[in-house]
Amino acid sequence: MFEKIWNEHVVHAEQGKQTILYIDLQLVHEVTSPQAFEGLRLAGRKVRRPDRTVATADHNVPTTDRSLPILDPISKQQIDTLRDNCRQFGIRLYDLDDINQGVVHVIGPELGLTQPGMTIVCGDSHTATHGAVGALAFGIGTSEVEHVLATQTLLQHKPKTFQIRVDGRLPTGVSSKDLILYIIGRITTSGGTGYCIEYAGEAIRALSMESRMTVCNMTIEAGARAGLVAPDQTTFDYLRGRPFAPADFDAAVERWRALPTDEGARFDRVEVFQAADIQPQVTWGTSPGQVATVSDKVPGPADFSDPVDQKSAAAALEYMGLTAGTPVTSIPIDYVFIGSCTNGRIEDLRAAAAVVRGHRKASAVQAIVVPGSGLVKRQAEQEGLDRIFCEAGFEWREAGCSMCLAMNPDKLEPGQRCAATSNRNFEGRQGKGGRTHLVSPAMAAAAGIAGHFVDVREWKYR
Amino acid sequence: MKPFTTHTGLVLPMDRANVDTDQIIPKQFLKRIERTGFGQFLFFDWRYLDDGSPNPDFELNRPQYAGASVLLARRNFGCGSSREHAPWALEDYGFRTILAPSFADIFYNNSFKNGMLPICLSEEQIENLFQRAAAQPGYRLTIDLKQQTLADSKGLCLTFEVDPFRRQCLLEGLDDIGLTLVHEPKITAYEKTHAK
Repeated sequence: MFEKIWNEHVVHAEQGKQTILYIDLQLVHEVTSPQAFEGLRLAGRKVRRPDRTVATADHNVPTTDRSLPILDPISKQQIDTLRDNCRQFGIRLYDLDDINQGVVHVIGPELGLTQPGMTIVCGDSHTATHGAVGALAFGIGTSEVEHVLATQTLLQHKPKTFQIRVDGRLPTGVSSKDLILYIIGRITTSGGTGYCIEYAGEAIRALSMESRMTVCNMTIEAGARAGLVAPDQTTFDYLRGRPFAPADFDAAVERWRALPTDEGARFDRVEVFQAADIQPQVTWGTSPGQVATVSDKVPGPADFSDPVDQKSAAAALEYMGLTAGTPVTSIPIDYVFIGSCTNGRIEDLRAAAAVVRGHRKASAVQAIVVPGSGLVKRQAEQEGLDRIFCEAGFEWREAGCSMCLAMNPDKLEPGQRCAATSNRNFEGRQGKGGRTHLVSPAMAAAAGIAGHFVDVREWKYR
Repeated sequence: MKPFTTHTGLVLPMDRANVDTDQIIPKQFLKRIERTGFGQFLFFDWRYLDDGSPNPDFELNRPQYAGASVLLARRNFGCGSSREHAPWALEDYGFRTILAPSFADIFYNNSFKNGMLPICLSEEQIENLFQRAAAQPGYRLTIDLKQQTLADSKGLCLTFEVDPFRRQCLLEGLDDIGLTLVHEPKITAYEKTHAK
């Protein structure tokens, strides 16, 4: 499948040089674009295809009352700069007052902008999310953002191919977030470097579109820039009727049916996992690969053979304020963050709300729920999820990246410990000195009620 | 782009694996809309204590490494976010080259776009360099991109691999967009045949 999409988009290939690859869609946000637009202006260049470029503001935006001015003057300047650039270059922008505003990787598929067989880029490493519909999608740097704006192409080396097959069905209470954390734990955070990953097998086929997005989203945490899932009936059903879906949808479906990898195709690397082996996952360290199952104990340096891994484990435990041998379920938490491009979609909010319903958060815990987009927020409110969260003491916010990277006012205080549905547990990611444990939405919600991690498979739903 | 041909500089050993771009340039500095001036914020959360004073335990602040321009690192350097602010900060601080057993893809690519040379060596070679840097105060390395060699004053000479196209762009300081626009008629032709 990767080869088919790649070959279809080659504009120019020359021995010993990078290929010029055509880009069907570029998504733009406020943080990684200002310098690219400035570069265009300095060189007197235009945006080649404003019609293949879509912008929104997400990284910096406040998730509290949108009718109030943005208090941080530098955040405001960056958002204003995006507005000015979109106006000057004629690019469609989903601004803060637009129902379609949201995390760029949530709104792309939601609006049907993201389609099978496309090449999609964005100045954000989680662009891999869009691979869930069978698009070749990857994150790029700001110089490349400028390159795509100016030429609608990108200079690329062809990556190697890596198939990750997951056989069988995920057990009850185990989500796609657990699946991808488990995979990263196994292949390591650099296992996918230099590859494009294709996720396949019965467990992947059985996932909903949104769950596939969670898997593809965290591909970059395994080191690979792009992750793909072959389009199938689940994909077509998801895309049908979305605002930017092709007008002649049935004809498009016929084309898309030709995309999946041919029987017997060769990959440069293949790994096979058994879905039945996977349990709810909780990260214990400061790298997404430092992950344990909820029924495990926190490991220590002695559990690793490689001296570099031992050193990393010791440093991670110190930063996280954890002792080796502590059962994961006895780690107390101060904060819950439900949201992000990994787990901020309606399905994620439903899973969390099902756990929360009829319960009350632990008194010492602060919990926020940040929908991935304005549309997700509206849908959740129509389903009454906001009331379930609020009755449990969880705060219901406006759409944005929020505490996934804490560029806006939502952040941890030093030493605070958070159960987060986002994608990175790096040092200081959610605020300087903050400690992040990555989990699924249901696991995060349950931890918020109990005040510590619990195995959601034993949860008493009300 | 500033060309890179040869460079001799002081080595700063940073003995940590998986140094992510959030550490290289923390998010509070991504709100700037300029491309320059990020060096002062490089490794900010490791480099400064809570009261704003330099953290004496952090490698970058040790007097013997003042003026370092060759960063010696461990595996998976530059993982995480795609932020090009990371190479901007390293370059602005004064680093011209980074040596590691492996780099994250996006960071690796972004470095070349900013006149900085990331060099991949084996785990054993990197370990050897860490030992040499520890044993020899003021340890310096000379990197020759044209010859693809890396040498110290005590007889060590290693060769390294680099993609020929990226090498050429770096040697000549070529602008990617300009190179691509040479093929503009092909882009137009592609758009005509693929108009949906």
